[in-house]
Amino acid sequence: MRVIEPWVADPLQRFLAESSARLVLLTTSSGQVVAQHGFTRALDVMSAAALGAAIMASTDELGRLTASGASRALSHQGPSRGLFLSGFDLPQGRWIGLVVYDRDSSLGLVRLFFDRLVGELKGLAPQETPAREVLASDFENELNASLRSLFGR
Amino acid sequence: MNADLIGSLEQITRVVGVRGAMVVSADEGLVVAESSMEGIEGAAVAALTAGVVSRLARATEAAGRTPPAFVHLQADEGSLLAVPAGEELLVVAVTDPAVNVGLVRLELRRMAEHLA
Repeated sequence: MRVIEPWVADPLQRFLAESSARLVLLTTSSGQVVAQHGFTRALDVMSAAALGAAIMASTDELGRLTASGASRALSHQGPSRGLFLSGFDLPQGRWIGLVVYDRDSSLGLVRLFFDRLVGELKGLAPQETPAREVLASDFENELNASLRSLFGR
Repeated sequence: MNADLIGSLEQITRVVGVRGAMVVSADEGLVVAESSMEGIEGAAVAALTAGVVSRLARATEAAGRTPPAFVHLQADEGSLLAVPAGEELLVVAVTDPAVNVGLVRLELRRMAEHLA
């Protein structure tokens, strides 16, 4: 498990132990990675983060169009693995959780413990820091720093 | 269909000492229908029971035995009983400690046979 925000580590570790999830990715709504578990390649993390953010943005918009509100969670069941995608709000903004599980877990267990993870994160999240202007050079530096933190390189 | 399920579950919750009963999807661990689950977190019971039954089935399979036809998890303050209904569903009851387990098991199996 690798985390960018240290206060995420303990709740995420508990979630992993209790849910038996195989892969977990926490990102901001724009796809910036906050924590990951189980991914071995940076490219996979970045692709999954971007796709997860895009799916949540699409379903949120679809929810607005159909007046059913912003989506809370999506699940997809494959032949051997399932995928759970959920958005939640913190003082830092909207975050997204992407969880992949197999026969050692189930959608019910992932949902149950993900809700508890979100509750713990809400309790531990530092108050929002003032937004600052994002410069291209900062973005690249932060991306490289995040990749180093997530993959130890 | 849901009214039928609720009606069948109420047959189980009529047994003295049964605090609640539910039908759970075995693979996903989600609640399909539930009855009289006051004070019980139904979604959590469904998810955790399906997880336990699934692991027990895999353990018995590894030991060369057939999957369990009845699971009785006994705790200090009550019991959790589960009967598979085919491959896709579980019928689950949450009971007080002093319940007549044989009677509850009979009702669970009746419902499981009806669903299978």
